[in-house]
Amino acid sequence: MRTALFLLLLLALAAVPGSLVPQRTSDPNGVTQYKVDHPTLYPILDKLQVFSTYSSVWFSAIYLLLFVSLIGCIIPRVKHHVDAMLAKPPKTPFRLSRMAGYREAEAPAGVTAAEAIEAARAQLKSARYRTVVFDDGRQTSVSAERGYLRETGNLVFHIALLGILVVVGIGGGFGWTAQRVVVTGQTFVNTSVNFDSFNPGRFVDSDNLPAYSVKVDDLKVTYDSANGDSRGQALDYDATVTATRKDGSSYRTHIKVNHPLRIDGTSVYLLGNGYAPVLTFRDANGKVIKSEATPFLPEDSNLTSQGVVKVASGLSEQLGIIGIFMPTAPTDTDAQNLSSYPGLNNPRVSLTVYAGDLGVDSGQPQSVYALDTKGLTQIAGPTAKTKGLNLGLGETVKLPNGLGSVTFSGVKRFASLDIHHDPTQGWVLVFAILVLAGLLTSLFVPRRRMWVKATTDASGAVRLEYAGLARGEDPRLDEAVASLVAAHQKRLALGGFKNGKA
Amino acid sequence: MTETLSSISEYAIFATMFLYVVAFVCFVLDLAQRSARATAPTAVRSAVERRAAAAASVSSAASPASPSSGAATATLAPPTAATGGGVPADGARTDGAPTTSRALKLAMTVTVVAWAIHLLADITRGIAAGRVPWANMWEFSLTGTLVIVGIFLLVNLRFDLRYVGTFVLGLVCVLLMWAQVFYYVPVAPLPPALQSYWLVIHILVAITGTAFFALGFALAVAHLLQAWRERRQELSLPPVLPFLKSLPGSVELENLTYRVNIIGFIFWTFTLIAGAIWAEKAWGRYWGWDTKEVWTFIIWVIYAGYIHARATRGWRGSRSAWLSIIGFAAVMFNFGVVNVFFHGLHSYSGLTN
Ligand code: HEM
Repeated sequence: MRTALFLLLLLALAAVPGSLVPQRTSDPNGVTQYKVDHPTLYPILDKLQVFSTYSSVWFSAIYLLLFVSLIGCIIPRVKHHVDAMLAKPPKTPFRLSRMAGYREAEAPAGVTAAEAIEAARAQLKSARYRTVVFDDGRQTSVSAERGYLRETGNLVFHIALLGILVVVGIGGGFGWTAQRVVVTGQTFVNTSVNFDSFNPGRFVDSDNLPAYSVKVDDLKVTYDSANGDSRGQALDYDATVTATRKDGSSYRTHIKVNHPLRIDGTSVYLLGNGYAPVLTFRDANGKVIKSEATPFLPEDSNLTSQGVVKVASGLSEQLGIIGIFMPTAPTDTDAQNLSSYPGLNNPRVSLTVYAGDLGVDSGQPQSVYALDTKGLTQIAGPTAKTKGLNLGLGETVKLPNGLGSVTFSGVKRFASLDIHHDPTQGWVLVFAILVLAGLLTSLFVPRRRMWVKATTDASGAVRLEYAGLARGEDPRLDEAVASLVAAHQKRLALGGFKNGKA
Repeated sequence: MTETLSSISEYAIFATMFLYVVAFVCFVLDLAQRSARATAPTAVRSAVERRAAAAASVSSAASPASPSSGAATATLAPPTAATGGGVPADGARTDGAPTTSRALKLAMTVTVVAWAIHLLADITRGIAAGRVPWANMWEFSLTGTLVIVGIFLLVNLRFDLRYVGTFVLGLVCVLLMWAQVFYYVPVAPLPPALQSYWLVIHILVAITGTAFFALGFALAVAHLLQAWRERRQELSLPPVLPFLKSLPGSVELENLTYRVNIIGFIFWTFTLIAGAIWAEKAWGRYWGWDTKEVWTFIIWVIYAGYIHARATRGWRGSRSAWLSIIGFAAVMFNFGVVNVFFHGLHSYSGLTN
């Protein structure tokens, strides 16, 4: 017990640092920022694995030791408990008056000691005690015990904790998570090549994911439009999707926050969203060469968003564009490029245009959200002759150098979907419920012994003694003895014991 | 309508705070009177009381009903008198003085009245917001203190714990005033992440667990003081904190602490599980070591340690009481510091920073 206690307290302590510094798993950007802010401390903490506390060697060592000690504890206790359940309640103590809740009473006239004890036995039995009757000629008594469930509960509790650890350990290897950004109207097929990012567990067969598809038909976002403190706060995100299972059957449903889509053993969550402005490019002759919705990443709570558009072919030069999108742009055109409300009240884009070689043919992978301006010349923007291009919805402006024109022709939404598969989480839940059930039984089922003893005195009267013994925490033992006395006396008075015998 | 209701809520909470302060003062007066009584020459214990003391130490039962404390206020009369088999069990008191002073009666009455107004404040806030009133720090504080006082009153129906009233009301006054100054926010709609019935379950259970832990904390403090006094008494050192004489002995205080804390622990276990289920629905994973999750886990482990301590030789008594105190400190830290200053997914304080 001392080891278990020590390790438990150590575990609590060891969990603290991970809450004080950002963790790689949950907050990678925070870790990068920490490195910038604390250049001297960072390498030390990094060596100590504090940025991944919960998978660090020392944290793992503590909980593994704890569970080794737990196994070492459970095995002998299970054995001991099985023995106890097979054994009979022990012999009635000689002097009951020393025991808890001791009471005396007289049996009604005409009731023999044997009958009184038999009635008590029946009484205790109906209260789910295990009973055994002792008769040494002078005294008859019943010894009873109940509450084996208490220890059972305790063991179930500890074993279920072990179960959680094992299942979580295994689950990591078979689960996977993936992210995908989908503009409304688009479909994504659940195969690993289609994800923007994919983190498979060690044992995942990445080539054989369930190949269902999800089309995002619409994404409705409602904002609080009242002029209060909470103006602009999101009230609802609601993605209408058409899901097509791997067997080909298809149905329409909704994905919302707190309401993922469960399909073919995976769950699809709506964890982010934003705007995808549609920009239409025409060449000098007015021919449309590109018209596409591009997801712009939100930068503040009013969804001022930034994105990158690349026009790799069709114009006389390649274009790279960094755009700022504001769903509700300031009406004053000299104001900063900051949206004042997340809804589409006055959508505008502001574009900085570069021309030159995008480097897309070099074969190097490029992020769709970043523009490498090496090899490019700004042709419209703060450092160019032409100012940045500023467009309201439906407006068209000419591109510099007679390249053609760009039209802000529409705004769509995009949904950022997380797709998860964890085959073991159902088992974790089962064990968690067992933990709770075990805990409740072990803490609230009292383990107690009860005795009733009958002695016939010289005059033939039968004197009854009652007492109990708590085994572990048992605040109501005294009450229990009292109610046993009351019930037994009632039984004797009604002659119920005679029926009980039959 | 919303405006009216939320201003009713605000007025009601001011009335509540005022009355809680009054109740607190009465509880303090009661302790002072206990001190005065304890230092006055005490009557010789009656035979009944001595027998009762013996019975209680054997059974460690804590049914509060006793002929000598029969003057309990009507609303709080312990119902166990009948079922307790008529055994006077409150003899665990270390003296024979009656335990109900006028100040104590007044304190309890004021607390009950204040609690009713507090309930009104909470309900009107909920109706004004059109949802359960526990979706930001102000509302957690409002409902949390309501539940703490509610649990205190409820537990008093079974065990006479009025002697920790000073502490409970003191804590609640501080929490409410702190929340009023630093956490107050007007009614705002629920962000999508909180739009779930798990908000109702998870938070309510957490608040209830917290209330039991708060009571466990108060009892642990009382236990430590009592144990200190008893030790000094054994060593024949000059007596300290005479009001403690009218409280149960340190062993009974320890048992009460344990009983209250294990109930808190069960609620906390459920909080943890419900939180994990909700996290799976909302964030796509049931456990991610988010700061709030970490602290909920730490608290759970500390109290698991506390339960083990009670079964470990050498750790009963003061050491386990300290664990209970550390556990509650972690609960308060989790609420007051983690919610406000730590970044994580649980950023629902409703405060803008
Ligand atoms: C994984 C770490 C552990 C945790 C989280 C844990 C938690 C708990 C909890 C919450 C209880 C009280 C509930 C109940 O009685 O069922 C308990 C009781 C108990 N645990 Fe553990 N435990 C752990 C490891 C161990 C180990 C390693 C041992 C053996 C040395 C152990 C022995 C016991 C015993 C004997 C009790 C009963 C105490 C009593 O009756 O008061 N536990 N444990």
